[in-house]
Amino acid sequence: MKVLTGKVTKLPDNVNTDDIIPARYLSSMDLDAMTEHAFEDYDASLKEKVREGGIIVAGKNFGCGSSREHAVIVLKKAGLKAVIAESFARIFFRNSINQGLLALQLEGSSEPIKDGDSVKIDLERFIVENETRSSIHRLRPIPPFLLSILNEGGLVPYLKKRRGWGIEA
Amino acid sequence: MEGIGKTISEKVLSRASGKPDASAGDIVLAEIDLLMLHEITGPLAIRAFEEMGFERVWDPSKVVVVFDHNVPPSDISSASMMREMRSFVRAKGLTNFFEIGRGGIAHQLLAEKGMSAPGRLIIGADSHTCTAGGLGAFGVGVGSTEAAAVLGTGKLWLRVPETYRVIVRNRLIEPSSPKDLILEIIGEIGMEGAIYKAIEYCGEGIRSMSLDGRLTLANMSIEMSAKTGIVEPDEKVAYYIRKRTGEDVELVRSDEDAVFEETFEFDASKTEPLVAVPPRIDDVKPARELGGVEIDQAFLGSCTNGRLEDLRAAARILKSNRVNPRVRMIVTPASMEVYREAMKEGLLDIFARAGAIICCPSCGPCLGMSQGVLGPEEVCVSSTNRNFVGRMGHRSSKVYLASPATVAASAITGRITDPRDIE
Repeated sequence: MKVLTGKVTKLPDNVNTDDIIPARYLSSMDLDAMTEHAFEDYDASLKEKVREGGIIVAGKNFGCGSSREHAVIVLKKAGLKAVIAESFARIFFRNSINQGLLALQLEGSSEPIKDGDSVKIDLERFIVENETRSSIHRLRPIPPFLLSILNEGGLVPYLKKRRGWGIEA
Repeated sequence: MEGIGKTISEKVLSRASGKPDASAGDIVLAEIDLLMLHEITGPLAIRAFEEMGFERVWDPSKVVVVFDHNVPPSDISSASMMREMRSFVRAKGLTNFFEIGRGGIAHQLLAEKGMSAPGRLIIGADSHTCTAGGLGAFGVGVGSTEAAAVLGTGKLWLRVPETYRVIVRNRLIEPSSPKDLILEIIGEIGMEGAIYKAIEYCGEGIRSMSLDGRLTLANMSIEMSAKTGIVEPDEKVAYYIRKRTGEDVELVRSDEDAVFEETFEFDASKTEPLVAVPPRIDDVKPARELGGVEIDQAFLGSCTNGRLEDLRAAARILKSNRVNPRVRMIVTPASMEVYREAMKEGLLDIFARAGAIICCPSCGPCLGMSQGVLGPEEVCVSSTNRNFVGRMGHRSSKVYLASPATVAASAITGRITDPRDIE
């Protein structure tokens, strides 16, 4: 998981978890069926785009609102590999790490990265290379402790392996 | 560069992590005082708990399980999820389970049971867990997997947040309410303005405010993407907790020389009835500027504004009036306790006589789940907390957020109405 490539689905500021998965679908444990409704009210074409491109680049406060972890689960099931944003709502960010979904904070504006751009995320150097526009953008490094949760594939395998947090913090 | 004083957040997280020097920016592993699960996020947490390989819950007396989102269940799938939760409650011997009819909306319940007390670290698998801050607790929402981690270990890593301080000068003048004040604050700070921060509310406007109102303030801190919102606790809180639990609590407050990242000041005496215009919660306008907006539904309830004081404010306006023939009004007390008190005071009778329907305590309408879902193009004026696209139903429906008094006034006229313009 050192380098990841894909095509960008570009989203604005303040995309909320109701946008990602409306609450009316949460009364179910069938997460595959739920995934069919991802972005349904927001823009129904996005699900297919995310499946093809694998990477979302968003503005500020991505994933704000409800704590529903279903939002991260359906994005992952829809084929999302990484989400890059100028900032994240904190519960969404934590849910992403815990589900093993790369959530990366961009240093600076997301404006130069456009919808459909081909990008390469380098997790050694914490940069994203925009291959379409030959530009490089810095990402905020993920703290080692969170990286170890990500590398295990999420908080479930992490805790299962250690039978506890395994940190003093 | 830093003072030696601590904010409420620093004090709570220092105590909970056993690291006396924990300060803003530090990551700590904290011991959790209370965990809350409901029937929507709970089943995912239970499955994660089992997948993690845990068998025992860290402390069965510190877990609250409550059904509040879709109650009573409106479909088989919801009923099945509650069934799964009940069997977990029994198998693990959880002692704080609130069955339908004996609870209410989780955040209100934690307050009524005296569980949301000053200085306590409360984790809930729901974003509005910050409501606990109305009584001085540090309440934080998390997802289901972290709730599972807490179930198994009793611990969670947390970053000690920087704190924004909101000083409220002077008192609110009726019919302006704590809801109007928090909408004003959100309009100023913005919906992404407090990401990762704790917000502390203090000043005369807060001290003079009822506990019901303080819960409303803390509740909507998440709408600025804050980590939590904490109202500086005082004797009123200590008295309330003592009355409910028999226990004396320490009033955990920030030190004089604590470091606040930013300070905002508001004058409550100038706060007018306000409305958040969809789809942005920080698009806040005076109710009087929106008189042209016709409504189909008026909703009074939720973890934001379903408390006794909210019902009283709406009842005062509806007492000698009727709900407009073109409008349906839905009233949902936030808990069974509020429901019974409202019944005893005759408030429910006022609502019923005015032509409103009274539903059971539930989150349903607020998130478009049950008991008041909006159809295409419909408009609702609502005492709830989010006006996102499709929040209460169809994606073309609209939600205007307002105070209980504004909801009641609007229900009478059929369009958004400042409560000062009734009678």
